Amino acid sequence: MSKTFFIDTSRCTACRGCQVACKEWQGFEANYTKQLDWGSHQNPPDLNHLNYKVVKFTEFKIKDRVFWNFFPDSCRHCTEPPCKLAADGHVKDAVVIDPATGAVIFTDKTKKISEDGFLMIKEYCPYNIPRRDPETKLINKCDMCLERVEVGQVPMCVKTCPTGTMNFGDRGKMIALARERLAVVKEEFPEATLLDEESVRVIYLITHPRKMYPHFAQLDEHRKNASLA
Amino acid sequence: MTNSWIDIKNTDCCLIIGSNAAEHHPICFKWVLKAKEERGAQIIHVDPKFSRTSARSDFHVPLRSGTDIAFMGGMINYVLTKEKYFKEYVNDYTNASYIVNSRFSFNNGVFSGFNPKTKIYDKSTWQFEKDEKGAVKRDPTLKNPNCVFQLLKKHYSRYTLDKVSAITGVSTANLLRVYEAYAATGVRDKSGTILYALGWTQHTVGVQNIRTSGIIQLLLGNAGVAGGGVNALRGEPNVQGTTDHAVLYNILPGYLPLPRANMPTLADYNKAVTPKTVLAESVNWWGNRPKYMTSFLKAYFGKNATKENDYGYAWLGKGDAPKSERDGDYSFLYCYEKMAKGEMIGGSIWAHNPCQSIPNSNNIRKALCNLEFMYSAEIHHNETTDFWHSPGINPKEVKTEVFLFPSCHRLEKEGSISSSQRMIGWHYQAADPRGDSRSMGQIMIDIVNRLIKLYKKEGGAFKEPLVNLNWYDKYDANEIARRINGWFTGGPNKGKQLSGFNDFKDDGTTASLMWLAAGSVTPTENRLKKTSLKQTEVQKMTGIYPEYGWTWPMNRWILYNRASVDKNGQPWDPTRPIIKWEDGKWIGDVADGGAPPLAMKGGKNPFIMLPDGLGQLYGTGLVDGPFPEHYEPTETPVTNHGFSGQLRNPCAKIVPGDKIAPAGDSRYPIVLTTYSLTEHWCGGSETRMVPSLLEAEPQLYVEMSHELAKEKGIKNGDPVILESIRGQVEAVAMVTVRIVPFKVQGRTVHLVGMPFAFGWTKPGIGDATNRLTLYTGDPNTSIPEYKACMVNIRKADKNALKELSYTEIKGGHHE
Repeated sequence: MSKTFFIDTSRCTACRGCQVACKEWQGFEANYTKQLDWGSHQNPPDLNHLNYKVVKFTEFKIKDRVFWNFFPDSCRHCTEPPCKLAADGHVKDAVVIDPATGAVIFTDKTKKISEDGFLMIKEYCPYNIPRRDPETKLINKCDMCLERVEVGQVPMCVKTCPTGTMNFGDRGKMIALARERLAVVKEEFPEATLLDEESVRVIYLITHPRKMYPHFAQLDEHRKNASLA
Repeated sequence: MTNSWIDIKNTDCCLIIGSNAAEHHPICFKWVLKAKEERGAQIIHVDPKFSRTSARSDFHVPLRSGTDIAFMGGMINYVLTKEKYFKEYVNDYTNASYIVNSRFSFNNGVFSGFNPKTKIYDKSTWQFEKDEKGAVKRDPTLKNPNCVFQLLKKHYSRYTLDKVSAITGVSTANLLRVYEAYAATGVRDKSGTILYALGWTQHTVGVQNIRTSGIIQLLLGNAGVAGGGVNALRGEPNVQGTTDHAVLYNILPGYLPLPRANMPTLADYNKAVTPKTVLAESVNWWGNRPKYMTSFLKAYFGKNATKENDYGYAWLGKGDAPKSERDGDYSFLYCYEKMAKGEMIGGSIWAHNPCQSIPNSNNIRKALCNLEFMYSAEIHHNETTDFWHSPGINPKEVKTEVFLFPSCHRLEKEGSISSSQRMIGWHYQAADPRGDSRSMGQIMIDIVNRLIKLYKKEGGAFKEPLVNLNWYDKYDANEIARRINGWFTGGPNKGKQLSGFNDFKDDGTTASLMWLAAGSVTPTENRLKKTSLKQTEVQKMTGIYPEYGWTWPMNRWILYNRASVDKNGQPWDPTRPIIKWEDGKWIGDVADGGAPPLAMKGGKNPFIMLPDGLGQLYGTGLVDGPFPEHYEPTETPVTNHGFSGQLRNPCAKIVPGDKIAPAGDSRYPIVLTTYSLTEHWCGGSETRMVPSLLEAEPQLYVEMSHELAKEKGIKNGDPVILESIRGQVEAVAMVTVRIVPFKVQGRTVHLVGMPFAFGWTKPGIGDATNRLTLYTGDPNTSIPEYKACMVNIRKADKNALKELSYTEIKGGHHE
């Protein structure tokens, strides 16, 4: 049975549990970070080869009401991954799909992909996910904690999440849950939507239109949006 | 908490005030979300800044830090004038009808009996009028001008919407929005819960802040019911365990008052601290105090404690009887004053980082240099273990001999931990301690054993308190848990564990290190280790899990639950029963006392820990007044507040000689509030050493509004310097819509906020925020006013950076 995540951002408190648990499980070292000049708690500022998951913050005001939206970003495990399409043109089976779960896995073979090849893979991804380790040349991203899932456990981010933001299970069940939650959330946020639920295995529920999230707009454009009055 | 974490899901209206619940209790916050999702509860967040809690609340109301009593006073006024209170509950379960001494008065912000020299109230005019039998006189019609109800109305009649709005910076629209929503819970089938934390306690009016919630919850019938209660969100450093076991100067374990010098014998102590009642319908549970005190002494001194020697009472340290605000106050407020004056020889600092976490850190760091010796137990080096290397201190001039014992991590030992809902659970050892590190318990045991040996060998002044201890060789959490529960030291059950409160005696045949835990480690099982989700049908209705861990007292989840039923023992709201009288017994939660309902023969009042068993709308127990009254924080942007001529809490504790900015000082016009983070733990000395946590929150910043940033020419990411009259701190500017300017008395007052997790022992991330804050304390608890002091802010220029270069923080650019 193929697997799917449902991420209900209307419940997220940006505790960063998922972000930290993910890299602890993977055994990654920490990046040296600084408090940046964009007024955000978001750190590291973006996904990188040592962070498969980063909680992204976006704040804005509508009339007098402040909104602070949280988006725990990571790979969507697309049902028809464009990254695989691009990678197959460079090194066959560098990117594979796990038949049982549908997880999109970047293998060790990605080390052999040229720099141009990597840039192409990155561009093909609609969500700007793939990253490369500058030393080993391994291209990496979320692997759905496949070794956990294979023994009946949930991915580390899902296990850690305290609020029910992160959900994981059989695709049918997760899609049903997503639709159920959307109906409820829409009562408070009429513009709430699910993102690309047909084509991804990581379905986000967001409370505001997608262009108001930094992921889907250039950062500068987003900051212009941040002063909506 | 009077209720439980899970119980929050039962509420209809969750008021989060003086708390950032989502950020500091991220896991338990899920119950707030469940209340919203499963019950349609309204979540209201009232707090100076818009935080991650506000993001998940239905609406956020910004409030100037230090004006919570004005805000809640306005709510009390609203509830009383609109008659939103739960009449039956107020009549039957509170002291609304009690008549107060006619000489009680309140004039211009000060209650009767104040002595300005000692800053202590003579409470004789606050007392209730009693009849010839000793029972308090009452007016059940609640019309007598000296009855509590009328005094309450009169006191809060000054807290009009306009006055509250002018001083808090909250619009009258927002005030009404909160008051209406919350007051709607004053009916039998609706309940409201108040969640608070250090945003309330860390003020010179801290305890009175909390008193406002007690009054509101009693008026609305929310105390003791499902989804109600007065809920202190504790946790992080095991604060619940800390207070239970009295890692505090003013109590003994189990909240027994500290014996004072004017109580030379155990009988004197018992007489002074054991309340009495003449009411047949009052349980007056603290009437059992002598049993708990004797059992505590017996546990402490074992076989050496006998009836003849007063069970070793003479070997307990005694405090001075307070004649002024400073006497008998052994909080760190005055400890550090003694240190600074060179009046302290030495001592130990355990799992505590005062050079980072105590206000006026510059002074604290200097004060430690006067000690002859200091020893500390810590996992990591921090600003206190290495205090003589503090920036600005020359190590060559420090003569203190410092010892550092390597403590293992809490995951490297087993033991119990207590959550905010009084549930005690168990954690197991996950890894072996590394190198020479050992548990703090073992370190303490070893030190005391060596002291005992030395005393036995060399003698010394007053060795009895140590050599007579019923002590240990090895730190064994299981053995200590057994002793905490208590055991029989005599009688037919000698050697067996106590099963509960009813086993306690005052004749030396029982012993217990903390009476409230009785029942947790029984003759047959250690209930702290239980993890079963088994529950009855009634318990399922509100989410009580009696077989998961063990909740004091007596595994009762909801305190004062006798107030959740009417006089016949039937729940106000049958859809959320906490207890219910059925077939001659109580079902559901453990009833607060097994007596039958109040209307039946032998029935009892619900608030069993009070002498008369009635909730106190008016209470004489606090040192600064029977009613909460708005006073400004010690450092304030205003010179008057409109409720009276008394600007500040007349009883607030201040360290003489400390620098305090005058009210309305134009040099320091900005309010500073300080707080913790999700990603860092308190002062940060442990979490700064966890790379993936530091990655998420790397450096000290100051959150400010766009308006203030524009005024000061500060851009996001600029290094800035904050300055109070006490010190300066460098931080990275975080300019955000989540902080707004306040309109106070017609003018703009800015507020900024800073975390305090970044210290100099980790280079490049910043140094103690508390170099700015002020060492002024609540008069009941001496807790410092971390949440409000006055500062100014400016862009840091290169020269200033050089001066402060030891804390140089370089922010970065996003790509």
